[in-house]
Amino acid sequence: MTTAVERPTLKAKERPGDRIFSTSTIVSGSLILAILAAVAVFLLVQSLPAFVADPEKFKGDATNFWQYVGPLAFGTLWSAFLALLMAVPIAIGIALFISHYAPRKLAQGLGYLIDLLAAVPSVVFGLWGIGVLAPLVQPFYTNLVEWFGWFPLFAGPVSGTGRTTLTVAIVLAVMVLPIITALSREIFLQTPVLYEEASLALGATRWEMITMAVLPFGRAGIISASMLGLGRALGETMAVAMVLSPSRDVIFQLLTSQNPTTIAANIALNFPEANGVGVNILLATGLILFVITLVVNMIARVIINRRKAFSGAN
Amino acid sequence: MSKRIEVNDLNVYYSKFLAVEEVSLVIEPRTVTALIGPSGCGKSTFLRTLNRMHEVIPGAYVTGEVLIDGNNLYGPGVDPVLVRRQVGMVFQRPNPFPTMSIGDNVLAGVKLNNRRMAKSDADALIEKSLMGANLWKEVKDRLDKPGSSLSGGQQQRLCIARAIAVEPDVILMDEPCSALDPISTLAIEDLIEEMKADYTIVIVTHNMQQASRVSDRTGFFNIAGTGKPGRLIEYDDTTTIFSNPGVQATEDYVSGRFG
Repeated sequence: MTTAVERPTLKAKERPGDRIFSTSTIVSGSLILAILAAVAVFLLVQSLPAFVADPEKFKGDATNFWQYVGPLAFGTLWSAFLALLMAVPIAIGIALFISHYAPRKLAQGLGYLIDLLAAVPSVVFGLWGIGVLAPLVQPFYTNLVEWFGWFPLFAGPVSGTGRTTLTVAIVLAVMVLPIITALSREIFLQTPVLYEEASLALGATRWEMITMAVLPFGRAGIISASMLGLGRALGETMAVAMVLSPSRDVIFQLLTSQNPTTIAANIALNFPEANGVGVNILLATGLILFVITLVVNMIARVIINRRKAFSGAN
Repeated sequence: MSKRIEVNDLNVYYSKFLAVEEVSLVIEPRTVTALIGPSGCGKSTFLRTLNRMHEVIPGAYVTGEVLIDGNNLYGPGVDPVLVRRQVGMVFQRPNPFPTMSIGDNVLAGVKLNNRRMAKSDADALIEKSLMGANLWKEVKDRLDKPGSSLSGGQQQRLCIARAIAVEPDVILMDEPCSALDPISTLAIEDLIEEMKADYTIVIVTHNMQQASRVSDRTGFFNIAGTGKPGRLIEYDDTTTIFSNPGVQATEDYVSGRFG
């Protein structure tokens, strides 16, 4: 029989600095979870009455909550998607120019300018959308409908004011451009010189070097940056609310005067005069926006993780 | 494939700073030439001027000429991109592209020249290049795995395979073994010995045993002091440099005595 040997417990000396630091990180880490949970619980509890609300409580011709929120969710995703479609290529182009093409002094100035653009309040963008952009693009829309009206997205009749989904998408694109650009630039600057030199030594031109080394290395970062931009576009309220006169239908056409509004803009426009279960309905649409954002971010995570072995992180 | 390199009165500048002064030498085809010397003496800088990689640093330029089989790399209208396709390079730290598979890494340079390549041709080239780098047996079953999954020595041989896949005239190696263990170093040295049959090889090394093992000719670089330009002190057969050098500074350096 063997007697159990008492294992000496070896414990590192606890220093106050370590303890303070670890406690503070745990607290801040938990805090973010707690806040998220609190928001989710609040939205869930508040939206429950909306799911069983009387048909006449819904604005428009919706008879239940899902019919009400469907077109709004569509409008939110559609305008945000169009905005990203325009903003991401331009943002990557600007970021590449700043990180790999521009002379150093110009690059710094441009970097500041981009960050400044991010600081412009969205109300200003909204005003710019109504006052400047919409009248400016209206004649262009007229031509687009005339020449490319056969293409479903550009079908007429054209809006007389220029305040259409496409205008909103352009405004949103300008708004999300700075954040995507700033993050992409940081990521491109972090491409290890090692890999840039490897491709140059193989006889790559600068553009080939970018496609071989810089872009693949920054892939995960570009996706993350785009998701942050998408988050802003999905939740954007003022610019959309100001530019669009809302309708609650699923409409793909970009240039007509009938345009689907977004969840956030709809809440902003209807909240002041909402009462009783109307408030719950609006909060429930907020819950849907919350879920949409969550799902979109999860999809981005999955895309990033799928080729983890090739990410260069190992 | 193998070509002769002739360097005449080459000065290398970083903006106004003269980094390497008045280098003239001739490197014969199918030989291995080692460049040795203390850190900061300009040997890596000089090596990079042989495929114009020094131009990656803003403000760097050279005067003088580098002739590869009589063609001046610095002649008017010469495209550095094309120069680098003829003069391959292997770096100090193994740098296979982590975002590409092993097979794609080998083809990386080739795809720059002709994008469309039949699958069978591509496979044959991958096999040939990896064979040439003594790596085929180790990786043939996992060509689709990322290049970063290999060990350091294997990664360096993958980089050599990538360099020889484009069939260059000259291969430059900038301290290719300094990040590797002795066994991997030996594997690379054996490989250099075999590659000599097909390529002109120039290798920078801090390891004097390595220089004496692999090279036919050796050039010794030195600087007079900090801020002074590096110079080629002596350039001769490797056996001469290590047994009976003509300059005192060379003898001090190769025998480990300084000053």
